[in-house]
Amino acid sequence: MNHPDHPELAEAFNKDFERTTWHDETLWFVRQKRDKAVYPVPEFQDLRTLASEIKDHTLSNLDNYLIEFEENATKNGVKVHWAADATEHNQIVMEIIKNSCKVEGRNARLVKSKSMLTEECHLNGFLEKNNIDVVDTDLGERIVQFRNEPPSHIVLPAIHLKKEDVGETFHKHLGTTKGEKDPQILTEAARQHLRGKFVAADVALTGINFAIAETGSFVVCTNEGNADLGVNLAKVHIACMGIEKIIPKLHHLSVYTRLLARSATGQPVTTYTSHFTKPVEGKEMHIVIVDNGRTQQLGREDFRSSLKCIRCGACMNTCPVYRRSGGHSYDFTVPGPIGAILSPNIDLHKHKSLPFASTLCGSCSDVCPVKIDIHVQLYKWRQIVGQANELPAAKKWAMKGMAKVLSMPKVYNLSGKLARGALRILPHGLTHNQSMNPWAKARELPDAPKQSFKEWYEENRK
Amino acid sequence: MKVALFIPCYVDQFYTNVGVSTLQLLEKLGVEVVFPMKQTCCGQPMANGGCEQDSKGVYEHFVETFSEFDYVVTPSGSCTYHIKKHYDIIEQTPAVQKVRKSIYELVDFIENVLKIEEIPNSFPHKVGLHLSCHGQRGLRQANASEITGVRDGQISKLLRKLNGIELTELERNDECCGFGGMFCVTEEAVSARMGQDRIADHLRNGTKVLTGGDVSCLMHLEGIVKRQNAPIKVMHIAEILNGNQP
Repeated sequence: MNHPDHPELAEAFNKDFERTTWHDETLWFVRQKRDKAVYPVPEFQDLRTLASEIKDHTLSNLDNYLIEFEENATKNGVKVHWAADATEHNQIVMEIIKNSCKVEGRNARLVKSKSMLTEECHLNGFLEKNNIDVVDTDLGERIVQFRNEPPSHIVLPAIHLKKEDVGETFHKHLGTTKGEKDPQILTEAARQHLRGKFVAADVALTGINFAIAETGSFVVCTNEGNADLGVNLAKVHIACMGIEKIIPKLHHLSVYTRLLARSATGQPVTTYTSHFTKPVEGKEMHIVIVDNGRTQQLGREDFRSSLKCIRCGACMNTCPVYRRSGGHSYDFTVPGPIGAILSPNIDLHKHKSLPFASTLCGSCSDVCPVKIDIHVQLYKWRQIVGQANELPAAKKWAMKGMAKVLSMPKVYNLSGKLARGALRILPHGLTHNQSMNPWAKARELPDAPKQSFKEWYEENRK
Repeated sequence: MKVALFIPCYVDQFYTNVGVSTLQLLEKLGVEVVFPMKQTCCGQPMANGGCEQDSKGVYEHFVETFSEFDYVVTPSGSCTYHIKKHYDIIEQTPAVQKVRKSIYELVDFIENVLKIEEIPNSFPHKVGLHLSCHGQRGLRQANASEITGVRDGQISKLLRKLNGIELTELERNDECCGFGGMFCVTEEAVSARMGQDRIADHLRNGTKVLTGGDVSCLMHLEGIVKRQNAPIKVMHIAEILNGNQP
């Protein structure tokens, strides 16, 4: 199957010049907020190192920590489930819902707070097909759910939309006045709408930011309080996590909470940092632990450190390419630089253009709170794409030809001379033909000098 | 001290003047420079394109050309970074290890090998410095805004000491220009937009001369300047330090 690749989708995004400006500036504003929250913390770089080392240690001992976590969670009265892949995960969640709510004459009702894992597993569509009503309660998630779109950012799921777009969506789905774009009014409409959904819910589902092996408890970080409202009202709480969310001990947690919100949005800490340990009497708590390709990534020496990611989204906010191409151009649950090193592990053919959707500027690696060497991994994925014969044929043969020329000085000197000669003689309209030369769409070629440096040197210095 | 000059392939072909200025500058600073005639390229274009295996012959040719020297100096942070970072896929013979250690970006060489902190030239212009990502984040030649709010680095240190110069204070001090090797054509739309945004930042803040340590970034930015007929003159740092005027 042919998928539109990143360059195509990015080009379409860039057709709207003003909107691209707005998208870039909006995310750059978040990056600057992050800087303002980071610079005054003198030990911030030490925290990054520590966070990186704790995760390295945890990933090297993941089998033991996962079992320790399961044992302690079970002792706390939580039911732990294991899912090898997305299909198993979705099946498990559905069965928990069907078994625990025997509703008559209506669909079971699920409220969700933000969970990128359930996006990755495409849970919503699956549950809806099985007669379970699903409502995303995070404001941004609800907006994109109404629009039947995937999130375009892992922390700011509706960042691709302007308030006018939200107004239109709410007019259609919530009956707000046509043309209404006041954020206060739109947010209030969403609050009133969601309040009813919270009260009526049978089951609440949350993601997990950190799962603590030592205590068997887990932590959910949100800003809207929707996770807490959901789980405290519903009879059943299902929490879903990837296997990489483990940290060994409770005292490690503060290293991450200090990094997460600062890196994500420039807040010192998220508004809600909720700890869940055991179910309230008469209620149920389930944890679903999911692999879905993660152990395969763990087995890739060059790429395993991508599993250290705490999903802060800072690499997206800082990425000059993401800011100018939008999350949807990546066509993967996790977009941006981190998505570009996670996605080839899942489907190399489909995502082969993503490791190339970068200038390798390295800003992502420097901003990453757990020090994932993202740009180094992008370079390494490129080599794997090349070796898997997934490069466009023209590019592959051009590279091979160039490599030959550049290893033979005489051929190189001659080719350079001919190319410069041609550039000097041929008319501008031909050398700058936009369908043949993408460079020339927005740029002039450099002037071709009569003499190369080598020729100058030979004439003047030898 | 045996010093070789490496002029990257696209500089050799299109920016003769940058090569000449680099050579003249090093000579003015008292360095005896050899230019090995059989040199071609560091191999980065193919490697960044996902074909580093195809580059091995180019890497080996580079090592063979330069391994007899104590230092190899080049007006490019990007090529320097590539040799240091990515020549790990060929056998690490003593010659390969030596070349990976002896390769220096020009300004790094001036400041940290020659220990020269000031070049007594005059350049009475408003200058915008474009930090190349491979020089800045790759070789750590300048602070990164992800790490600190203090804007400082090797090139700006030397520039600031020129007589009469004024440096542009940019809104985004270290955003990538969008060149990115093959990226500039494979991701043309984003690449061009990134370059246009950089130029707009320089224009808003008064840059008259745009400079930097990597000709690749400057070639891309100059392409946009010329297309837009923007009132900016693009010069490589070697040209400014050599005393050339716009």
